[in-house]
Amino acid sequence: MSAAGGQLAEFSAEPARALSWYEASARTRVRLLLDAGSFLEFVGPEMREVSPHLQVFNLPEQFDDGIVVGRGSLDGAPVFVAAQEGRFMGGAFGEVHGAKLTGLLRAARDLKSIPVLILFDTGGVRLQEANAGELAIAEIMRALMEARAAGVKVIGLIGGRSGCYGGGGLIAGCCSGLVVSEQGRIAVSGPEVIETNRGVEEFDSRDHALVWRTMGGKHRRLLGGADAFAEDTVEDFRSATLELSASAADFGIGTLQAEQSRLEDRLQRFGACRDAVEIWEAEGIAGARSVPDLPADQFVALADRVGRTSRDAR
Amino acid sequence: MEELTFHHTTRRRAGGTKRMAIIGVVASGNLEVLAERVLTDAECRLDIKTAAEGFGAVWSAVVTDFVERHSPGGLRFSINDGGAHPDAVSLRLAQAVRMMEEAEQ
Repeated sequence: MSAAGGQLAEFSAEPARALSWYEASARTRVRLLLDAGSFLEFVGPEMREVSPHLQVFNLPEQFDDGIVVGRGSLDGAPVFVAAQEGRFMGGAFGEVHGAKLTGLLRAARDLKSIPVLILFDTGGVRLQEANAGELAIAEIMRALMEARAAGVKVIGLIGGRSGCYGGGGLIAGCCSGLVVSEQGRIAVSGPEVIETNRGVEEFDSRDHALVWRTMGGKHRRLLGGADAFAEDTVEDFRSATLELSASAADFGIGTLQAEQSRLEDRLQRFGACRDAVEIWEAEGIAGARSVPDLPADQFVALADRVGRTSRDAR
Repeated sequence: MEELTFHHTTRRRAGGTKRMAIIGVVASGNLEVLAERVLTDAECRLDIKTAAEGFGAVWSAVVTDFVERHSPGGLRFSINDGGAHPDAVSLRLAQAVRMMEEAEQ
């Protein structure tokens, strides 16, 4: 493509990037996040690699099994990308869904130099194929760590309707860095799971304010669980991803030791807190109770001041 | 699950040169439509897998109306349906044809 053609394509794509990340489908997120027209899908829907398990339960299949994987370019540089569709079975990991992400990470591991973007939108493992799904989570985590050990940066983007739960939360914890929006929730056990197992006194899943201030993007960013905060637009996710890809630490024993001491320090300082607001108060944030109401720009300034993430850790 | 197949002859071929397009998501009240340019210009075919059983007559009416309006000659449509209403089905089919009318990159 000529330079003029490229500029024209970029220009025409820009207004669309104001679209809500939360509302967009997996395919729309990929198309608008990457440079216009650069995405090439691997194992696309026309190959009909559907789940072998769902028909046993008389459930409908999706041709891409709920995940889009491929390669493209981000600001001119090559990237691998995987995007989960949170509306198909809650974006849950099944056998084929998981295998597509494992394959992508292994390709990145072998090539060593191309970063991977994972657009999480998942409730965790698909219950109808639980064993295959759990195995897939383990395979993905291994492939992700092998890729990072080979020098690949893996960035997670979280801001979809299903959040990032269960095995998805474990995989996110393995990434080089995470971009999160206010709508993006990150945890392993979801609100209903905690309430079912530990009782409503432990966690009231119907208290939405509690759910959001415990698992939502703002708290994850302040605690250092996520490294960058984005407004709920494709454009903001794109610029935060570009920035984080450049600044995320290389993987090695030094990084792991820095991460260990970062987590130890966090546990020591906040281990006794019973609520996110107590953590924010312990952090010395003035007007801690108003954190959930802060607009994005003021929140980003606050998070940068608190600085609980470390560029040397992860 | 119920599987339905419809064959129609068409007045003309679908516009554009795109070989494949996909639209929609398999979720409650929604469906995905995969369109592929794999048939001769005078025919079209729809293969449907639906979670809502017993609506063959409604599907037949929606498909007949769609073929009449858009004449999607040369296209095969593969549909995974999560129990969408007829208006949602018509919309997705129209979107799929519209996407196929674009030029292949």
